[in-house]
Amino acid sequence: MAQLFKDVRIDWLGKRRFFIGLSIMLLLAGMGTAIYRHRFHPNGTEAFNLGVDFKGGTVVTARFKQPPTVEALRAAIDKAGIHDAVIQQVTSVPGEFLIRVAEQIPDSAPGANQTGVDPARAKVKQALNTFGPEAEPTKTLAEDPKAAYKIEGTDAVGQIASKQLRNQAIAVTIAALIGMLLFIAFRFEWTYGAAAVIAVFHTVLVTLGLFSIFQIEINLTVIAALLTLVGFDVNDSIVIFDRIRENRKLYRRMSLYEVTNLSINQTLSRTVITSGLVFLSVVALVTLGGETLRPFALALLMGIVFGTYDTIAIAGPIMVWWEKKLAAANKVPAASARESGIQTKGGGDGARGKVGKPSRAAQA
Amino acid sequence: MKKKNLLQRSIIIGIVTLVGLYIVIGPHGRRPHFKDFTYSGIKATLAQNIHLGLDLKGGSHLVMRVKVEDYLKHLTEDNATAAQIAAKDQSLEVKEAHAETAGGNYRVILQAADASKVQAIRDAVEKKVELADSKGWSFSASGPTMTWTLTSATERTLSESATDQAFKIIDSRINTLGVAEPTLQRHGAQNSHEILLQMPGIQDPEHVKRLLGNPSRLQLVHVVSPASPSPVQTYATKEEAIAALNSGGNIPANRRVVPYIERADSATTAAQEAKPETKPTKWVVVESPGIIDGAELRTATAVPSRAGGEEYEIAFSLKPSGATKFGNWTGANIDQYMGVDLNDEVRSIAFIKSQITDQGVIEGRFTKESADTLVLTLRSGALPAGIQYTEERTVGPSLGADSIRSGVRASVLGLALVVLFMLFYYHGAGINAVVALLLNMVLMIAGLIIFGATLTLPGIAGIILTIGMAVDSNVLIFERIREELRSGKTIPSAVEQGFGRAFVTIIDTHVTTIVSSLFLYVFGVGPIRGFAVTLVLGLLVNLFSAVYVSRTIFIWLLGRKGKRITSLSI
Repeated sequence: MAQLFKDVRIDWLGKRRFFIGLSIMLLLAGMGTAIYRHRFHPNGTEAFNLGVDFKGGTVVTARFKQPPTVEALRAAIDKAGIHDAVIQQVTSVPGEFLIRVAEQIPDSAPGANQTGVDPARAKVKQALNTFGPEAEPTKTLAEDPKAAYKIEGTDAVGQIASKQLRNQAIAVTIAALIGMLLFIAFRFEWTYGAAAVIAVFHTVLVTLGLFSIFQIEINLTVIAALLTLVGFDVNDSIVIFDRIRENRKLYRRMSLYEVTNLSINQTLSRTVITSGLVFLSVVALVTLGGETLRPFALALLMGIVFGTYDTIAIAGPIMVWWEKKLAAANKVPAASARESGIQTKGGGDGARGKVGKPSRAAQA
Repeated sequence: MKKKNLLQRSIIIGIVTLVGLYIVIGPHGRRPHFKDFTYSGIKATLAQNIHLGLDLKGGSHLVMRVKVEDYLKHLTEDNATAAQIAAKDQSLEVKEAHAETAGGNYRVILQAADASKVQAIRDAVEKKVELADSKGWSFSASGPTMTWTLTSATERTLSESATDQAFKIIDSRINTLGVAEPTLQRHGAQNSHEILLQMPGIQDPEHVKRLLGNPSRLQLVHVVSPASPSPVQTYATKEEAIAALNSGGNIPANRRVVPYIERADSATTAAQEAKPETKPTKWVVVESPGIIDGAELRTATAVPSRAGGEEYEIAFSLKPSGATKFGNWTGANIDQYMGVDLNDEVRSIAFIKSQITDQGVIEGRFTKESADTLVLTLRSGALPAGIQYTEERTVGPSLGADSIRSGVRASVLGLALVVLFMLFYYHGAGINAVVALLLNMVLMIAGLIIFGATLTLPGIAGIILTIGMAVDSNVLIFERIREELRSGKTIPSAVEQGFGRAFVTIIDTHVTTIVSSLFLYVFGVGPIRGFAVTLVLGLLVNLFSAVYVSRTIFIWLLGRKGKRITSLSI
């Protein structure tokens, strides 16, 4: 039987300072970038590169004599500097296309007194001119023999994901996290719930931070990916917590510190296999899925990596630290000594040894 | 015992699988035909059953304008009536009240009987009716004529909020579960009050229009008529009804004459239903303003009038504010007739049997379809104003064939990697996991079809991913069984223990996510709801396929080899 990990004895909690330091650095880097971009707009960037879903824009309706393919049209518009246009062929009117583009900054060219939808129209026109000239304004497409196409209309459109939806998504996610917190508290302890939720927050914030640093486009599917991550991450935490709960009953003499390490190690195979499999499918999406799926797939990729990492590196230590605090506050010294593995900074060999061979002593 | 258990499990799994498969590949709404199960038949039904999104297949493109002037007109008229009543309540005499809504100006005009009472009337009116300066109505008076004019700033805000409200209502109406994946956007300039709707899959804009419906105003009204048991007073023509008012051919401000469309028998077919103009059979006189309007409704559901009957009625309950109003009115008007007024047409009339506070029933011999449509519009709230369609098109997919192909290819590759790994790493038990996985996929798609969900490219990637994550349950179980085997347990007891222990974990993880999805569903709208629906669906399916089915396969394996089993391929 092929076996990934046998009898692992890694002292995860002993490395907590390193992990938490790393996480704080990542969080700060992401937040710093977002704030910096928000304040100073280097190269015209914003805190987040919001996609066309979140921005108002313009719909240009154009009709062609010889309709090009959607791909050719997209390539031409991409060349003109509009990268996230949504192009739809109108099937009820032959040769007609709807081209939705995000709000465009007017060209600083002389005589450009363009406002509103005009800059978008100008840019789309520039792109469409590669297929031939536009019909004269006074003539219809059929009347102008030289024309290849005509822009039939330009209309402003609002964003698909309104600000309201965005705010609601945030509010609802927080409500959902509170729901999780309550349920985990009910099934385990408050501290477990809090630790899991903090870990989830951490993953979402780090992912958002990376999206800001690398200016990856955020669209509606990225929001869906983030919601998926929340579920995945909590899932991971619960698997380990569940093992901790079970092991605490089995090995009553072991400190929480040791039990946590043991539980992480026992579930390590599962963690690596599950995360690894999801990771593999997500890598397939990132590399082969094409432009459309890339932001979605990247959000998932980061989330899988950090979601797996934070269960071990964040949720575990926070839970142990908190439980210890509570135990110290509540219990008589004798009892708290048992819980205080973390303070003796077992880190070293003592603790590790115990993690490895606890069973006989405990079962006795 | 074990044998019987296995048989029972196999039967359940068999039935669920067959039902799931039928939902996916079988025709809906008609009897299956032999031809449906040939390759091309299945392909055709699949295309019908699975709705593809705007990005994959395109759909209808509709631009509609919210008739805000209608909304403002109604508002002004209601205010005029309310103003007159407010003055009367204070025993201040008003000769005449009317609304002037021509030329884009909205005015409430009151003629005081006595010019010296103008200030008193103004105070009385502004205390009760939203006609004060602070509400955006500027007051002027010349002699006994009092005029409230809607300021243009307020007109803009009101129009804007009416459009906004219409936007939200349309959204909730076409996307109740959040899985329909439409795009809804404001369209045109700020003051054009236009909304752009793209509805995936549906190639016929007329169908979308029907889906949207267009009822704008719902009221429960008091029908002026002798009390029950005498039948409700109706008139054959409008003129007859006006004549019966005895007010010299005019309709007083506190009365309206509206058509009463008796619901046709339940035999009415959908085709007839679609015809907008059915001749009103009768006319009735109703009190104005109504008792309560649609905004006071809390819930509405269509229920059969009799068990197993073809006729439907609509049970509703009211919000607390509406319940008080309605309770007072019904308490004081037992045996009076009450009508349900939809778009200035009375749809059904019933008499009050006893005081109704917070719930009631609209009887009207509805067909199932008409009851469902009405319920939907009642629940999502009536549109504040009518809508008119300014543009209709059908559009093709927004993604090029290339993008679609690479997206689908990547998703399938992801799935293949998962399958290969499971087979390689868990050997025999891997087959077990793959069977569970395939079943998972069939049931998941069946569930999406039941909810009428629309598949977009990210949606497909999401499903593949859900399935990838679903292997987690199997991994948990298998790893646990391996652990138990390592600790020296016999194979049957290792399997038993492995499932038992892993089951606790699986329940905990699944229930946690279901709990959080409930929050998303209850508090979320649109795509957030859709996300929650799909997620819960995936989890429930997974509990069945990964735990129940997987377990059954193990029971079967162990049972076949009996107690002498010496090795387990895991």
